[in-house]
Amino acid sequence: MKPAPFEYAAPRELDEALDVLGEHGDDARVLAGGQSLVRMMNARQVSPAVVVDINRVRGLDSLGVTGDNGSSTLRLGATVRQRTSELSGEVAAHAPLLAEAGAHVAHAPVRARGTVVGSVAFADPSAELPTALLALDGLVKVRSRAAERTVAADDFFTGPFATSLAPDEMVVGVEVPVTAGRTGSAFVELTRRHGDLPVCGAAVVVGVDDDGRVAHARVALCGADQRPARLPAVETAVVGADDPAAFTEAAARAADGLDPIPSCHGSADFRRHLARVLTARALRTALARATSPKETTDAR
Amino acid sequence: MPDEVRVRITVNGTRHDLRTEPRTLLADLLRNDLALPGTHLGCEQGVCGACTVLVDDVATRSCLVFAAQLDGASVRTVESLAGADGTLHPIQRAFTEEHGLQCGFCTPGMLMGACELLERVPEPRREDVEEALGGNLCRCTGYQNIVRSVCAAGRLMAGQASDGQTSDGQTSDEQSGVRA
Repeated sequence: MKPAPFEYAAPRELDEALDVLGEHGDDARVLAGGQSLVRMMNARQVSPAVVVDINRVRGLDSLGVTGDNGSSTLRLGATVRQRTSELSGEVAAHAPLLAEAGAHVAHAPVRARGTVVGSVAFADPSAELPTALLALDGLVKVRSRAAERTVAADDFFTGPFATSLAPDEMVVGVEVPVTAGRTGSAFVELTRRHGDLPVCGAAVVVGVDDDGRVAHARVALCGADQRPARLPAVETAVVGADDPAAFTEAAARAADGLDPIPSCHGSADFRRHLARVLTARALRTALARATSPKETTDAR
Repeated sequence: MPDEVRVRITVNGTRHDLRTEPRTLLADLLRNDLALPGTHLGCEQGVCGACTVLVDDVATRSCLVFAAQLDGASVRTVESLAGADGTLHPIQRAFTEEHGLQCGFCTPGMLMGACELLERVPEPRREDVEEALGGNLCRCTGYQNIVRSVCAAGRLMAGQASDGQTSDGQTSDEQSGVRA
């Protein structure tokens, strides 16, 4: 037994969970899949006085698409497992990037318990899912006892393992706008060993025009900055491109302005190099998928 | 000291009604409270996979789940595999015949991961085994014999099923040994 003692709350209703967070704030931690939190509690890196287990809260395990074709939204509740998302037909159809990135997270037994929202809330700057959410222009749904707010992913992640979440708030779900038109996406990463966190990874969504050129692009990296990083300069530079050389040129700016966290797995310079290489690679794959419908369906 | 919590949990077909501290990990509940030391604890941080058990038929790191979370759940450990008379489960037989273990420390996790896979995919391909057991570390075998063992187990179980024998070491009836 490694964790320090704590009080355990297992509410059935969201309001009860929010009451506990409202009362205990920073002394309480939300437990969903627990694949990061319990590990850190075992190592006593964190010792919350209160653990709020949200796994029994009604309504948080929903996954689905709402809205009409004009503006529909893919929604994942806070207890949707990574494995569920990875294998979901709706995720594959409407946000294949999320499924592809999710398949890179750790190993199957960890994904069977770990949640998509938990990974987002944990905000590891190296992790795949926060970066995929960023490239998808995702939204983070936040609740407290007093209020409800929606935060753009880019505003949610504020630093390494840091978010704009207040102590009395919890993430109740994430939303991904479903884009119409011809789009393709790709997630590529470099890991030291299969299942490890990536040294660096690139998540890309591109839309193409009738001539097969990039009409718009969204590019995000993990492992290359203090937080999941969007690359607006590359996104602008790549518009109109349709050949690998143009992608390589646009991706040359991928590391501009980034501040990678060096570790034994990769120096800051190596991560900047990977940022450029993986961005170009992901752009090429995303465009190929956008222009070849069959490959889009086979993306997973 | 925070209050203890009540955990009603079925382990290997036996129902238990327990009280435990909230911080008790499933692995510790199994090993210390239920005297089932077959589940091995390696890293205690979800990396090595030695503590893998089935929670409601899903392979789960028992070092990363609190027992308190499992009120109402059903758990299977490596002790559930062999018959009461010691007859080895086909997965265990295959590991023996194909030299799928050496020191044996990782074996309980490998067996339970394989068990989940074979219940989902009766005759897995090599890649299926690598995907299912990719998160289980073994420092002895080099993995080749483990992968071979799981594929062989699939064939053994398929052969048994077609012979009309049971390929399942589980007891289907829940025994009602309630422990306090």
